[in-house]
Amino acid sequence: MAKRIDVSDLDIYYSKFLAVEGVTFSVEPRTVTAFIGPSGCGKSTVLRTLNRMHEVIPGAYVNGKVLLDGENIYDSDVDPVNVRRTIGMVFQRPNPFPTMSIYDNVIAGIKLERTKGVKRDRASMDAVVEKSLRGANLWEEVKDRLSRPGSGLSGGQQQRLCIARAIAVEPQVLLMDEPCSALDPISTLAIEDLIEDLKERYTIVIVTHNMQQAARVSSTTAFFNLAGIGQPGRMVEMGPTAKIFSTPTEKATEDYVSGRFG
Amino acid sequence: MTVISPEPTRSPESRSISESLAGKKLPRWAPLATAVAAVVIGYGIGAAGSIFGLAWFVVAALLFLIGQTAWSFAVEGRRHAIDRLATTLIYTCFIVALAPLLSVLLSVITKGAGVVFTDFPSFFTETMRNVSPRKPGGGVAHAIVGTIEEVAISAVIAVPIGIMAAVYLVEYGRGRMAKWVSFFVDVMTGVPSIVAGLFIYTFWILVLGFDRSGFAAALSLVILMIPVIVRTTEEMLKIVPNDLREASYALGIPKWKTIVRIVLPTALSGIITGVMLAVARVAGETAPLLLTTFLSQSMNWNPFSGPQAALPTFVWDQISNGTDASVARAWGGAFVLILFVMIFYIGARLLARVFAPKAR
Repeated sequence: MAKRIDVSDLDIYYSKFLAVEGVTFSVEPRTVTAFIGPSGCGKSTVLRTLNRMHEVIPGAYVNGKVLLDGENIYDSDVDPVNVRRTIGMVFQRPNPFPTMSIYDNVIAGIKLERTKGVKRDRASMDAVVEKSLRGANLWEEVKDRLSRPGSGLSGGQQQRLCIARAIAVEPQVLLMDEPCSALDPISTLAIEDLIEDLKERYTIVIVTHNMQQAARVSSTTAFFNLAGIGQPGRMVEMGPTAKIFSTPTEKATEDYVSGRFG
Repeated sequence: MTVISPEPTRSPESRSISESLAGKKLPRWAPLATAVAAVVIGYGIGAAGSIFGLAWFVVAALLFLIGQTAWSFAVEGRRHAIDRLATTLIYTCFIVALAPLLSVLLSVITKGAGVVFTDFPSFFTETMRNVSPRKPGGGVAHAIVGTIEEVAISAVIAVPIGIMAAVYLVEYGRGRMAKWVSFFVDVMTGVPSIVAGLFIYTFWILVLGFDRSGFAAALSLVILMIPVIVRTTEEMLKIVPNDLREASYALGIPKWKTIVRIVLPTALSGIITGVMLAVARVAGETAPLLLTTFLSQSMNWNPFSGPQAALPTFVWDQISNGTDASVARAWGGAFVLILFVMIFYIGARLLARVFAPKAR
């Protein structure tokens, strides 16, 4: 069920401002791809264009193509809501819905969006909740307090709850925007283990500022950088993680991963 | 041109204090002692100059302010003295702000409770039908019914309009249209209530030719309620974190459902507070009711036909009779009105607590 992503010649604009220019890359199904690079270089912007989340910001638009298994998600007849159902997202800061219990948080995506063929009775909901929370390595910690508010959990647990919520709607691709940057090392380890499990079933793209994390979890790494002050961001190079961190082709990449820059 | 002055030379004392972390402090009983002294001296001055009432109290407060600040300055130093001065000023402002409220409550309760509870519960169950203004008796039943019906009708109309306007302004409104909506909400906030009443009177009663009724009164109250609800709801929706909207979109939940199921519930407790404030505001309106439904001495259950009494107009009517019995009934009506708003307030707070996001 995981799908591949092909991006070609993608330019991303906020109104008239060209934020990211000329990005072309592919993501294979059931792999983990990491985006690294200095702050403000457009990693998160590129990630958000992969499920049309950047359109939430007024005035944002793109030129170019993003193909999901060959289907351009920017075609005029494509509904962004369907794109986001297929491509889930986990954010930097854990953001469980404060009015909902842990249980309701997990099934929020199913309950609030009617899809044909999805059963919504109590028993199948229970099954989805258990499966998703097990998938997010959170089941054992919360199984006795599913009716408690999700915002009462610790930061790391909240983030795993958000992952459970994202995988409950069974997306094809999972985008993660610095999912561990607000978490302590132990919670980070839990999330990284989880990414290791999730890649069996999902295509994962992760933005991270932590290069050890990129090296640990990803099989492919892409390095982003600004072309210069005031210039749009661009993808400098992309390749197998081992190669990017040992013998990158570009000098800028080598400077960044070895800590001489950025 | 700023000249950077050299480090100010410090006296040996201040240097010796800065070597130890502990500083000199006024004893704990100092504020109380100063207060007692200030009251005694203030009363003395008041008696000597034969100024009484609140005036000697103001003198005492000033004495307390000066005395404590000077004492603190001498013992504790400048920063602590300013701290005590500011603390005293803030508490004084608090008391000054609270005084009118307490005074209003106190006079309404002392003058109104008597009438209301002398032959309980007849004040709540009887109307003014066939009751002479000169004689005690009668009640506010017709006015309670009128107020509840009129406020309920206006809330039913104004709450959805107000909330939807706020949702439009926060979630959808861009460009010129939103600016105009926002501008007219501001204008409506400033409309005097009698103008709202006049508008409904000319439009609904004179132009469209409907009879005076509780419903016409409710329409004028709607005009007063909408801006309050829009503004408070708007503020509440703005503080709902954008993270939650994005999280919802990322699950493939459409925008309208995100607003209905995620954003509004998160802001619900604040929205309820806003609705409650709006209801409390219009429940006490008199002028628009006089123009649109006028007065009635008897029970009228039907808000769509004929004059209807309401608590504020009941108070107005009884006061203008001018007899002792009527004035007493007016205070009773005011007491019931405050009771009504208070019960509604407490109910709304409880409701808000039920819906508020919980931490654990």
